[in-house]
Amino acid sequence: MAQLRTRKRPEVAPIPPPAPTGDVPVVELRDVSKVYDGGSVGLEHASMSIGRGEFVFLVGATGCGKSTCIRLLMKELEASSGEVLIAGKRLNDVDRSKVPYLRRNIGTVFQDYKLLPNRTVYDNVAYSLQVIGEPRDEIRRKVPDILRLVGLSTKLHNFPDELSGGEQQRVSIARAFVNHPPLLLADEPTGNLDPETSIGIMQLIYRINKTGTTVVVATHDKEMVDKMRRRVIELREGRIVRDELSGMYRPDESTTEFAIRLRGELGVGAEGHPN
Amino acid sequence: MSFAFFFKEAIRGLSRNSAPALAAMLTVLLTALVLGVFIPIVQATTGTANEVRDRVVVSVYVAEDATEGERRQLAAALERTTNVKSVEFVSKAEGLAEAKRKNPEAFAEGAKLLGANPLPDMYRVVPDDPDQVSAIVDRLAPVGADGGREPSLAAIDEVRNKEEDTEKILSATGLVKILTGGLMALLVFASIALVANTLRLSIFARRREVEVMKLVGATNWFIRWPFVIEGVVVGAMGGVLAVLLLTIAKETFIDPLQSRFDLLAAPETINFPLLIVVLLLACIAVSAAGSAITLRRFLRV
Repeated sequence: MAQLRTRKRPEVAPIPPPAPTGDVPVVELRDVSKVYDGGSVGLEHASMSIGRGEFVFLVGATGCGKSTCIRLLMKELEASSGEVLIAGKRLNDVDRSKVPYLRRNIGTVFQDYKLLPNRTVYDNVAYSLQVIGEPRDEIRRKVPDILRLVGLSTKLHNFPDELSGGEQQRVSIARAFVNHPPLLLADEPTGNLDPETSIGIMQLIYRINKTGTTVVVATHDKEMVDKMRRRVIELREGRIVRDELSGMYRPDESTTEFAIRLRGELGVGAEGHPN
Repeated sequence: MSFAFFFKEAIRGLSRNSAPALAAMLTVLLTALVLGVFIPIVQATTGTANEVRDRVVVSVYVAEDATEGERRQLAAALERTTNVKSVEFVSKAEGLAEAKRKNPEAFAEGAKLLGANPLPDMYRVVPDDPDQVSAIVDRLAPVGADGGREPSLAAIDEVRNKEEDTEKILSATGLVKILTGGLMALLVFASIALVANTLRLSIFARRREVEVMKLVGATNWFIRWPFVIEGVVVGAMGGVLAVLLLTIAKETFIDPLQSRFDLLAAPETINFPLLIVVLLLACIAVSAAGSAITLRRFLRV
């Protein structure tokens, strides 16, 4: 926990693929199973370890356990057996009343954006700062900054229903990242978006990762994932069937280069959605 | 964060969800109105019932030939008897004057015919608890072997408590008390249920919002305070409006009548300012607590 709270400046050498030695993994699952009340299995004997600054895709078909995994990490669900650790802290030991403090260190992005419908873009982002008791002048400084970063500086006072899907997702990313959490969880962040917009969103998440934030993205868009060449953990019926670490990274790639490569490889514009 | 922040959040919530808020306010207003009218009515009824019950007395007639000592002994014995609230001595003369006052026509003629005062000296005993009045009679004049009552003291001629009247009074007023009490309890329960349900609806419409707040790491009280303040505002507005309407009704209808009919100046009704304060506080407390409690379900994310 204490480790999560310190806001690390972006590390210069990005993304060390082998598990960092001597460093506590940001996310660790030890033989975790999750069986729902109805008896359906969400996750079965899953173990994984994600180091600081990694960018990880959780992939698989619907119902394979991706969302279960994400929800376990933010303690929205409790594991039936095994241990879930965030920065070395066992989530089983985190008291119910302390869960909000855990979540302040985890940015979350969802397929359905989960914005507050009766607040403006500005207020939506400001809310996650108000929650942690940030002083007002800090909020006034940080919110426009982050909204400029996601490219929404002209829509500060619009309500979510006045924005396009892509713009709403940008707001939710801004909200997730405004207090620079060490961990960003995204559950199908591009699930509702067209390929062109999806790339913009992925690009944004990638930029966040470049600042040193550990990113876990759950998606069923396997083709896109493979082309992005990041660490991939594939789930099938609750089990981890593939965890590819090596050879999938190109260490010093700038955001723009990445986007150009991505566009080229996906063939956006020419053939539509890769699915 | 400060109170100002929560207050602003509450105002935002109210203005953005004005329809459910208005419904909740109207519910509070109506129930407060009904309660405001009903509480004094219930109190007047039970007050009247109690007043009637106070008329239950035991009359102890003093024997004509009792000596001074025996009379003193009787007075002392009456004072000592349990369940006795007060003992009043009514002399022959006083008794006659009282009877004349109650029924002037009969006595205008009667006094002439009788010539002398036929009434005995008498003690009027008022019981503490009207329901236990027969115990006093039994103590002063226990039932003898032959079935008739035997006075326990020489000075006692006869002990009476107008048994039939007493029984009627006790059973009728008892029923009235139980009925009004039960009705009052039902009404209060219905009011609380109605207000709670309306609040539940208005919060249910916003459960997604609460869910999102939990996701960004808001603590339960951080989410709850604005809702509680909303509840206070809604309750206060409904309560104030109800009190205003009640005051207007009282000033225009009840007060002019009161000077004409003593009947309406019913005994022991709650005084108006106290009623207002109680109603207002109840409105605010119920809607604030209702908001907080309803919210609990959605906070378990």
